[in-house]
Amino acid sequence: MKAVCKPKGHAHECDCGKECLSVVGDRAVIDLDLSPTRPMHYTTLNCVMRKAMRRGCSSIELKGVMGQRYLASTASTPGLYIAVHGTPGNDLGAFLNGPTIEVFGNAQDMTGNTMNSGRIIVHGNAWDVTGLAARGGQILVQGDTGYRVGIHMKEFGGSRPTMVIGGTAKDYLGEYMAGGTVLVLGLNGGSPVGRSLGAGMHGGRIFVRGKVGPEQLGPGAAISPLSPEDEREVRGLLDEFNKAFGTEVPDDMGGYVKVAPSSSRPFFGYYDKTNV
Amino acid sequence: MSETPPTKRLDHRLPERFVPTINYDLCRVCRRCVNDCSYQALEFRESRVVPSGGCVACGRCIAICPASCIEIRPVPPQFAPHGNWSERSRRSILAQASSGGVLLSSCGADDPNPAIFDDLLLDAAQVTNPSIDPLREPVETVTYLGRRPGRLEVYDGKVIVREDDTPLIRMDMPLMFGHISLGSISYNAQKALFMAAKELNIVAGSGEGGLHPDFYQYADRICSEVASGRFGIKPEYLKGVAAVEIKIGQGAKPGHGGHLPGEKVTTMISETRMIPLGTDALSPYPHHDIYSIEDLAQLISVLKESTEYRLPVGVKIAAVHNVGAIASGLVRAGADFLTVDGFKGGTGAAPRVIRDHAGLPVEVAIAAVDRRLTQEGLRNRVTVCAGGGIRSSADMIKALALGADVVMVSTSAMVAMGCRVCQQCHRGLCSWGIATQRDDLTARLDPNLAAARIVRLFRAWNEELKEVLGAMGIDAVESLVGNRDRLRYRGPNPKIAEVMNVKHIGEGWG
Repeated sequence: MKAVCKPKGHAHECDCGKECLSVVGDRAVIDLDLSPTRPMHYTTLNCVMRKAMRRGCSSIELKGVMGQRYLASTASTPGLYIAVHGTPGNDLGAFLNGPTIEVFGNAQDMTGNTMNSGRIIVHGNAWDVTGLAARGGQILVQGDTGYRVGIHMKEFGGSRPTMVIGGTAKDYLGEYMAGGTVLVLGLNGGSPVGRSLGAGMHGGRIFVRGKVGPEQLGPGAAISPLSPEDEREVRGLLDEFNKAFGTEVPDDMGGYVKVAPSSSRPFFGYYDKTNV
Repeated sequence: MSETPPTKRLDHRLPERFVPTINYDLCRVCRRCVNDCSYQALEFRESRVVPSGGCVACGRCIAICPASCIEIRPVPPQFAPHGNWSERSRRSILAQASSGGVLLSSCGADDPNPAIFDDLLLDAAQVTNPSIDPLREPVETVTYLGRRPGRLEVYDGKVIVREDDTPLIRMDMPLMFGHISLGSISYNAQKALFMAAKELNIVAGSGEGGLHPDFYQYADRICSEVASGRFGIKPEYLKGVAAVEIKIGQGAKPGHGGHLPGEKVTTMISETRMIPLGTDALSPYPHHDIYSIEDLAQLISVLKESTEYRLPVGVKIAAVHNVGAIASGLVRAGADFLTVDGFKGGTGAAPRVIRDHAGLPVEVAIAAVDRRLTQEGLRNRVTVCAGGGIRSSADMIKALALGADVVMVSTSAMVAMGCRVCQQCHRGLCSWGIATQRDDLTARLDPNLAAARIVRLFRAWNEELKEVLGAMGIDAVESLVGNRDRLRYRGPNPKIAEVMNVKHIGEGWG
């Protein structure tokens, strides 16, 4: 394996990406199969991607990604589009701040960790802890997701994160949720959500197409019918999902369940402040 | 929890703990004390100021009384004496039987157990190793925070600094401000800390509450914190600062998260933390992406990748019983510095049961971490920061000698600003404008004056450190770090000395 490159803004430019990066106009292509080192180390790939961003590219296409982690973390270039062919590793688009990432394959754990804004579109499955603590932006997953998805998503001011899962989500979806919207469609059959749904949630909303039993709810979460405003939001998200994946999800508004917090102040009255 | 309404109400009101007493011969009836008491423990009735209950001994009235006629008296025991059933135990039971709530408290653990620091005595040089006068000769206290290369590379007679080494943060003294978030303390209080850090050329922790836009001017002296709530994290919060620290735990509440009550989540706090206005701000107990050292390594790596390897990334843990092995894991996971927070450390709010009963004294924790890392050949690679109940320069010096590179101080800095340690931070009514979000109270604290007071305190402590180093015949603080030979234990339990690898008093070098 090639020695790890840790660029630090030195006078000299490192030679990462010498073989695999090609830039035509403002479009960059990084073909990992052209690299003599396979699989390429993640530090090298991230270095090459930053190089492309520094050169002002408006799109970066990654080919032959083999589990490289932390891709596009903290990427902040407005309007940047990143296409990932292959399988990215954990923490794809962590702290993402504006760009759009489209994955033509499956994503791993912690996709969109603490993202601020931007979009992550996964043409496949995304696994555990997707969208942890997102404060904005959008994550669209065509397939299934794993455990603890959408944990501690929050909204503030005009920023509200949204996530649409085409398939199913497993246990602890929306745990600790403080804002934002998660929509689970369950298009591939099976129970759309697992157990401990929305455990400890104190903000935000989860819409599930299909059935949610009371035994699936975590503490702090409650089932309620959709308001006309909720239906508008669901329709808007369905539109974006259909556009992203070319699907036709049926517009059957009667079949949705809304899960929302029973209180925005779960700890109100929990503590005794007596000066003992 | 089902609440059955009592058939007959029995008022179990607890006796007062403190009573402000006014000398009416001197009182000018200016009523400043009444207006300033944020706990409303004084009122004006029938042409004089009288106590109205609820005094917490914050001392604000004493400080502002122009006639110096107020004295706060602790109320003598109101319960029948009992050697086992302390007043506090009985008050706690009565309170909880009325509320059914979890007892909340703040500041550090206040149980009367003596600090181990007080059982340690420092050494001094005599005859064979002459002492140094720090006013006349240089005694170095510059300290660096971050990962050490572990070895020097010399080429052609010159020391080569390897390019892939993360830069070290230079500090003029082995002190840093601990992590106190905006939210737990006021805007003016945090500003004072950052101003003081800049002036002293040391590092201040941001706490986990994000960084207010006004404070980015101090960013090169701020260590930003990534905690389980992931509050306020944005690219500039990671990239523009001196260092980034992942908070796993806090000494005052190991294993516990944080709950900033909704009434404290003002517009400013909501925007800084990037959380919804007016809802309880929860920091989950664990990081939900960290269930193992390998997971922690991923968070460290993604932060290093995000900051392009320009900043040290550290990890803070609460001092717990297995702290040595955990510290070893942190270093192996890639932490450039680690912070150990002892159980006497401060907090803006913590359940009393955890604050008073969980964790490890920082003295033992430092020694355990230092020993374990040394045994595994890792100690020379990382900076060890430690804090939790550092009350004086003597505590700082002993912490250094036990094995800390940098000593983290928070409560002492707040006391310098005006805090009287009345332990009411969790109520948000701080009469000194420190632990509050109420604008009228915050305005009482002048950040310039508060910063100047902290700067004077820390400079004095650093002078005291130099005095002690000189007396030991040591000319650089690095030579004191982990130098347990310069400590002796005189306390009641020699096993503690053995665990800390400190000799007992009377034992010489041999």
